[in-house]
Amino acid sequence: MDTDYIHIILADDDEDDRLLFTDAFEEMKINTKVNTFNDGVELMDYLNNPNAVLPNVLFLDLNMPKKNGIECLNEIKKNARFNDIAIAIFSTSSSEEHIEETFVQGANIYIKKPSDFATLKKVLSDVVTINWQYYTSGLNRDNFLLRF
Amino acid sequence: MKIFIKFDFNAVCRKVLEEKLLKYNIKYRILGFGEVDVLQKIDSSVFKALTEELKEYGIDIIENQKSVLVQKIKDAIVEMIHSPELVNVKSSVYLAEKLSHSYGYLSNLFSDVTYTSIENFIILQKIEYAKQLIVSSDLSLTEIAFQLNYSSVAHLSTQFKNVTGITPSAFQRIIAKRREIATKK
Repeated sequence: MDTDYIHIILADDDEDDRLLFTDAFEEMKINTKVNTFNDGVELMDYLNNPNAVLPNVLFLDLNMPKKNGIECLNEIKKNARFNDIAIAIFSTSSSEEHIEETFVQGANIYIKKPSDFATLKKVLSDVVTINWQYYTSGLNRDNFLLRF
Repeated sequence: MKIFIKFDFNAVCRKVLEEKLLKYNIKYRILGFGEVDVLQKIDSSVFKALTEELKEYGIDIIENQKSVLVQKIKDAIVEMIHSPELVNVKSSVYLAEKLSHSYGYLSNLFSDVTYTSIENFIILQKIEYAKQLIVSSDLSLTEIAFQLNYSSVAHLSTQFKNVTGITPSAFQRIIAKRREIATKK
């Protein structure tokens, strides 16, 4: 059942980042299931399969080869099947203009990649907890914007 | 053309419930506040069908007692935030009285089930309400701060930024731009 765990997907081409990410979720008290993909093409192939189990939260690295995070975001936003997925953007940029533009294009969460593991864990835990409240308390997803 | 819609969630849910219960010929009494007294035995296949149909409307039948109480806490919090006459009431006192349990008990139960505290949930709900008012009303930020019982607009802005990471005006800008794009399509 979907209330038993929260399904998380990360698309990131950096192997170390993927490892840190999965480790952070393993140490959390909320029950999660994490899948990772190495780039945007792999991710979209998975999502576009009609039988795919869709994630509750999708984390997209902005800079990926083949297909970057913004391209994935735009494709996802065009397809109503993905309406219930909360989308989090992982980026190294903290330019205000850039962040706002990402939100306008439909991202729910913007995370400037933390430089240490403790902060990463805290941020990911906050994202999942707040998303859980949206999910279980019938809050309006259109207004779900979160920045770290 | 664009039309703006305001929902009365209680009225909508009540109407859906009434229609569905009528459809299955179930005798009932709506007690309000998320409780329905069923005045007859329901066949398990009917119960299953009813559960499925209500789910389509985002209405869930809660079976576990702990979840029932947590849902009542959430409903009471939302009601408190949305009622002008209740904004000055201390939330711990209000919840304990309304639900006839000690605040300590309610607060532990709530954290166990929802992964967040009652205090954080209240803040989150207040900010969500502020967002709703920013998006769908003509109220200024000052008026919204007053309605939600913040001591000043600065206090609301600070809490908004703490919870969401963005300022109320950035939020307003983003939603306006999204609407602009959606209208163009």
